[in-house]
Amino acid sequence: MSYLHEPTAEQIQEKKLYREMGLNDDEFELVQSIIGRLPNWTETGLFSVMWSEHCSYKNSKPVLRKFPVEGERVLQGPGEGAGVVDIGDGQAVVFKIESHNHPSAIEPYQGAATGVGGIIRDIFSMGARPVALLNSLRFGELTSSRVKYLFEEVVAGIAGYGNCIGIPTVGGEVQFDASYDGNPLVNAMCVGLIDHKDIQKGQAKGAGNSVMYVGARTGRDGIHGATFASEELTEASEEKRPAVQVGDPFMEKLLLEACLELIQNCDALVGIQDMGAAGLTSSSAEMASKAGMGIEMNLDLVPQRELHMTAYEMMLSESQERMLIVMEKGREQEAVEIFEKWGLEAVVVGKVIEEKQLRLLHHGEVVAEVPVDALAEEAPVYNKPSKEPAYFSQFQNEEAFVPNVENKKETLLQLLSQPTIASKSWVFDQYDYMVRTNTVVPPGSDAAVIRIRETDKALAMTTDCNSRYLYLDPETGGKIAVAEAARNLVCSGAEPLAITDCLNYGNPEKPEIFWQLEKSVDGMSDACRTLNTPVIGGNVSLYNETNGVAVYPTPVIGMVGLVHHLDHITTQYFKAPGDLIYVIGDTRPEFGGSELQKMQLGKISGKAPELSLETETKRQKQLLEAIQTGLVESAHDVAEGGLSVALAESMMNGAAGASVEVKGDTVSALYSETQSRFLVSVKPENAKAFEAMNEDAKQIGFVTDTAVLRIDHETEGEVLAATHEELHSAWKGAIPCLLTSKA
Amino acid sequence: MYKVKVFVTLKESVLDPQGTAVKGSLHRMEYSEVQDVRIGKYLELTIDKNVENLDKSVREMCEKLLSNPVIEDYRYEVEEVVAQ
Amino acid sequence: MKFAVIVFPGSNCDVDMLHAVKDELGAEAEYVWHDESNLDRFDGILLPGGFSYGDYLRTGAIAQFSNVMDEVKKAAEAGKPVLGVCNGFQILLETGLLPGAMRRNKSLKFICKPETLQVVNAETMFSSAYEQGEEITIPIAHGEGNYYCDEDTLKQLEEEKRIIFRYKNNPNGSISDIAGILNEKGNVLGMMPHPERAVSDLLGSADGLKLFQSIVKSWRENHVLSS
Repeated sequence: MSYLHEPTAEQIQEKKLYREMGLNDDEFELVQSIIGRLPNWTETGLFSVMWSEHCSYKNSKPVLRKFPVEGERVLQGPGEGAGVVDIGDGQAVVFKIESHNHPSAIEPYQGAATGVGGIIRDIFSMGARPVALLNSLRFGELTSSRVKYLFEEVVAGIAGYGNCIGIPTVGGEVQFDASYDGNPLVNAMCVGLIDHKDIQKGQAKGAGNSVMYVGARTGRDGIHGATFASEELTEASEEKRPAVQVGDPFMEKLLLEACLELIQNCDALVGIQDMGAAGLTSSSAEMASKAGMGIEMNLDLVPQRELHMTAYEMMLSESQERMLIVMEKGREQEAVEIFEKWGLEAVVVGKVIEEKQLRLLHHGEVVAEVPVDALAEEAPVYNKPSKEPAYFSQFQNEEAFVPNVENKKETLLQLLSQPTIASKSWVFDQYDYMVRTNTVVPPGSDAAVIRIRETDKALAMTTDCNSRYLYLDPETGGKIAVAEAARNLVCSGAEPLAITDCLNYGNPEKPEIFWQLEKSVDGMSDACRTLNTPVIGGNVSLYNETNGVAVYPTPVIGMVGLVHHLDHITTQYFKAPGDLIYVIGDTRPEFGGSELQKMQLGKISGKAPELSLETETKRQKQLLEAIQTGLVESAHDVAEGGLSVALAESMMNGAAGASVEVKGDTVSALYSETQSRFLVSVKPENAKAFEAMNEDAKQIGFVTDTAVLRIDHETEGEVLAATHEELHSAWKGAIPCLLTSKA
Repeated sequence: MYKVKVFVTLKESVLDPQGTAVKGSLHRMEYSEVQDVRIGKYLELTIDKNVENLDKSVREMCEKLLSNPVIEDYRYEVEEVVAQ
Repeated sequence: MKFAVIVFPGSNCDVDMLHAVKDELGAEAEYVWHDESNLDRFDGILLPGGFSYGDYLRTGAIAQFSNVMDEVKKAAEAGKPVLGVCNGFQILLETGLLPGAMRRNKSLKFICKPETLQVVNAETMFSSAYEQGEEITIPIAHGEGNYYCDEDTLKQLEEEKRIIFRYKNNPNGSISDIAGILNEKGNVLGMMPHPERAVSDLLGSADGLKLFQSIVKSWRENHVLSS
């Protein structure tokens, strides 16, 4: 898309050059009818990025409307940089998750790093101090050298950015499956804290007020990034490499401190917004549109890093670490001084105008003039055709998979060394998860917990999504994803507040993919409603396909919960010998999409495990109440690999062992992935009170002082006995071992 | 204008973990002929032609900031260029 | 006793350092911006961790030329306690207040985790509250903590008992397992592990508190003696 001379409006039409930018023929016609003439090159560029799926959600909007977005604690739902939820005492939590999949597939280190940078800007542009980062990563099987390279570089990129800027990366998840081979998923989440009075809106109010550009200079990097993110990856994508931006976390640290200083100390600030996807175009058009105003900018004033940049290039650049702010007319100097202290530029580049137009001047001429609402709000919305894929009914009608397990101990050790279950310390040891010294529960337990200074409260947070269940059955899988995230928070002693989601799917133009999107959003919405965790924002990433192969439907849930008192904080680890071990919830033989099925067959099929939202909600409420009453020593969600894995995970810190007795079918008892189950330990003196509160809890054994896991069957005797050392080395060593083994 | 090309390398006595890793990787790619890899930094300074004592000034910059004499060596090349 | 917590552009453990000495230790402390040109009002100087100036070029290289560093040198000459943690240690090495240099970790990866340290010399103003040989848990979080010095320097450090902390399980390749060293005069300590992150049992360890207590204790003794 680089031309020596910009094509004329007529050439754009005749040669259908708009198609290269991602606009289709109908959309181009619509642009013409909106502005009443042929758009020039710059204007065509503006429409093409703003109407890309990444910016407009044109393909997903009808589906997204199904999400419950309101709740008594919700102060800001979807629509601004990030959602905001009240946590009492005049404080609120701000959080959002976002994808950076395409850039990471092409240049994993910078792709991941700038993903982190972007989500951090979304949080502090709301006025919040970022307090934690999380992520959710998906890669192909850890056997090819390309996947290992992507994995290592993505982790290094996340670490490089987060560590430098000094925001702890406290949690996340990583899964490996062949469907992500050509399309790794890199989703980054940021959580911030804010006082209600500091909540900002990205609005350009007040005609005559000044539009200011702050932060790094604009270069030619990332031009058309948003459009690139809205296409399938092909072999030709490698050639689009210039679209990948380079992050500068040092610059962002300065920008973060300067913006927070401005927000907290300067009442002349009218609005502030990150220049993220579609850079200067989206920030200016959206800020104006939300305020019902227009913006006029003189592009000669935009700080530039490269010579001879055109209007088109400046408007579409996605150079990082930039923000657009609106200041009261006459008080611009107050912003300039704050930014100067931090060594940053703050330059007036334009003004708010009454006409709802985005008017751009360059070298003394008007180079573009289009209605802001047309850019920000009036992208065409498509109701895509949806069709149940053939595999779904096939899986539903398939005879249930019954695993045959000869050696129970060997199978447990093997499960613990599956990369999806294995210790992720290789990953999180590279993240500074402690900086700012608030991390009470570091990565590795069900959820991370961050204390809120000067209060007795804490925030628990997690990211979650088992995409195997979603592939088998998107609706049930969608419910499970939300329920499991909530389970993780409850186990940590927190009341789940709300979610942010990152919807990663294949090409929505394929009816089967659209069906996955639709069904999973149905399931998630149901679960959000029942569990009272509204959706306060998120991101959609479609076209995650490479050469026609789509990723599993992967709607990653980022959930935040409130710990009302620090002494409610609970981890998954067994504490003291003699404590009683309980399982809450019955176990059925459910192996569709299970870790055991994947391990034994190398693929998944059948039905996803069932989920009753009523049962789920009841058990979560009862367990949380027991934790808040002080009756629970440890709590852990029973997930991938079933009860045996959950037991092993609860003793990985080496503090204690466990001796339990199972009933019924041993293989199901050990490895089935029946939902809505918890593994809990309780002091003997609290047993009665705990049982009275948790009607589905059954005692299965007790914590022992020898670091051994012993499982017996009520009639068949010993099932397995494994030492902590055996369990730990299988679990801990698996990922480093895979990474160093030859491809 | 002068264009000064500064090369900063680790002293021979100092272990270079990055270089060692790259060498290992090249060996795994079967470039067994590679005997050693040392990684350094390359800096380009564009310097005004009116500088009084170019060598003295560049040496000072290298010793004070551009290299760390405890672990690094440096050398540089000077090129005269016509300003654009 | 009043501490200065020096803040460079890119410092990010400044908040933790201030909290540790103010809230957990109960001493006075203030942030000091890198362009400050007078530190006379402070009794002790703390250089926190982070990525000063992005750690571009070399860790700590650019920060050494900040205004405030001349003042830090003066304070060191005057015998005031100066503690550099992580990036602060790297800056002290670059300025020459401590001998040696940092290389990238042997694994080439950033490492963040609690480490066991041994208190090698408990007779300094930074370590007197510890027992000689005591094992303590203090987290590390760095990508370049692989300490290097030549053999003569190492010999000197050992003979003069200037190695204060050693890693029990060397995580980064440091020469002689060195985690923290002292200057000749005994009033400048540089260490890669973060004592300010180990000041509360809620967050896993309070073993770092004694380091700060040692500083205050020594200052009080001197202060009482001289007044």
